[in-house]
Amino acid sequence: MGRLGIPILALALALAGAGASFAQTFEERLSQCLACHGERGQSEIPEVPSLGGQPAMYVLIELFMFRQNLRTAPPMNDMTAGLSDADLQKFADAIAKLPPPQPAEGADPARMARAQALVQQHRCAFCHNNFAGADNVPRLAAQREDYLLKALREYKAGTRREYQPVMAEVMAALKDEDLVDLAHFLAHVGAP
Amino acid sequence: MTMGTLVLRLLLACTTAASVGVLSAAAQQPAAPAAAPAAGASQPPPSWAVGRPEIEAAQKLAPVAPPPIPIAADKIQVDKLKVPQGFTVELWASGLNNARSMRLGDKGTVFVGTRLVGNVYAVVEKNGKREVKTILTGLHRPNGLAFKDGALYVAELSKIWKYENIEDNLDNPPQPKLVSDQFPTDEPHGWKFIGIGPDNKLYVPVGNPCNNCLPPDTHAQIRRMNLDGSGMEVIARGVRNTVGFDWHPVTKELYFTDNGRDWVSEDLPADELNRLTKVGQHFGTPFCYQGDFLDPEFGWGRSCDEFVKPVALLGPHTAALGMRFYTGTMFPRQYRNAIFIARHGAWNRTKKIGGDVVVAQLNRDGTVSKIEPFLTGFIQNNSYIGRPVDVLVMKDGSLLVSDDYAGAIYRISYGASRVSRR
Repeated sequence: MGRLGIPILALALALAGAGASFAQTFEERLSQCLACHGERGQSEIPEVPSLGGQPAMYVLIELFMFRQNLRTAPPMNDMTAGLSDADLQKFADAIAKLPPPQPAEGADPARMARAQALVQQHRCAFCHNNFAGADNVPRLAAQREDYLLKALREYKAGTRREYQPVMAEVMAALKDEDLVDLAHFLAHVGAP
Repeated sequence: MTMGTLVLRLLLACTTAASVGVLSAAAQQPAAPAAAPAAGASQPPPSWAVGRPEIEAAQKLAPVAPPPIPIAADKIQVDKLKVPQGFTVELWASGLNNARSMRLGDKGTVFVGTRLVGNVYAVVEKNGKREVKTILTGLHRPNGLAFKDGALYVAELSKIWKYENIEDNLDNPPQPKLVSDQFPTDEPHGWKFIGIGPDNKLYVPVGNPCNNCLPPDTHAQIRRMNLDGSGMEVIARGVRNTVGFDWHPVTKELYFTDNGRDWVSEDLPADELNRLTKVGQHFGTPFCYQGDFLDPEFGWGRSCDEFVKPVALLGPHTAALGMRFYTGTMFPRQYRNAIFIARHGAWNRTKKIGGDVVVAQLNRDGTVSKIEPFLTGFIQNNSYIGRPVDVLVMKDGSLLVSDDYAGAIYRISYGASRVSRR
């Protein structure tokens, strides 16, 4: 069926259930998040990030950015509108407990080697804690390749507003082909 | 809206718990074998980790981010903070998410900018009660504030706005007038501290848009302009990133902090306290840092003697930010015209330093005689319980200190009778 089949299937099922009562409880609202982001921390939907293993503080920061419309991603801005600080914290804590995603298979050795050189040059592993993430810095290991590339390109273009402007500076020195290699590498590495 | 976005929106709008089970069933795959780079202890580190410190304290060397939710008043650890004998530090205001630069209005309002959350706050005292109002939201890194003749000047990343008669309209701020949008839009070091000098001009820095690079002609400088934005000129160059400055109460000379570059080493280079004695002076970035350290990348063929040297060094990676000359009378005489400097605290260093307020004592000729700790205790177990950003001398001579980590403001006073005990 391939990647495209999953959201279409999910959409059909979601529409079929559209008459159900509006989700009210925390668990029901969380299940809405995980319907797209993956119930076990691993997203199956193109350009939707896996959230498993993300540090609670990073999740909290991004939820805050969505709620304040400081970072624009329409479904997330809508989903977080009206949530209280305590709500955001509760979602962040729950999401941080999801198991980390598993690395993709089929790494291209040449692209991995090119990316490793870039990772060393730009000290990616310093801040990103060997790609496991920590505190305000996201986990990158085994993230979806298409989402990583989208995010890197948005940082490069300046269209994804950061909480602290850090990636904007790193991106200045990178070309688009570098971003393609980095996304491939990160999707295929594991982390503690 | 793209088709993909539409599908996603529908999906989010309509998803029920029933569909979740189906999705997760589709998600089940054989677990992929762990990829090689998660190396065991006995193996050498992968090439991309070479040079990364292996001690535990260094496992994450990244810019420290404050939580996006202010710390509740009863969780702020004021009891950990220390001031010299005879002084008292107390929590003055809390709930100011990401509190940064502070300015005092003519009618006693304390205005507070932010760097990460888009807000500007006003703290007012009414009938003996202190109240925090969020007066502006959704701005682009409104870190810098200035106040003059009833108007609040707010510096976003690349634009400066003027809100007239603000103190009479805190609950309904007027539409602002644009002072200037003639600033670069780079995010790195783009947020601004601003101030109005004794020459009645508005001073605005433009940081170097990188950790360390050759700045374009438009960057790594301090500019000044008339209060309507006209007559803009560059008054200092070679300034990497100043987030705090003030004018000597007697000589009227501009003093400013400047943050040194990252990633040279744990102990190099130090942040600087500088003094501008002539318009157009160059302070070294990116060729020379801390007055005597030639940059490993850009220092070749240069000499530090080409540049104005700092009047004091403020420690490696300490992130010296806001500073003010002490013009009050509450503190002992030795503090008169001394400079209080907020050091935000290092991130690019395995053992954290800074995270305090220091005081620089000056000689008669404007040079610095000594620098002493003043407010300490923000570093506990090598991490921050708060991070000082700016200082503000109040009319009664007490000193306010903003903390963008806790989202709070502290007040330091001297003499038991003056203290409002908590």
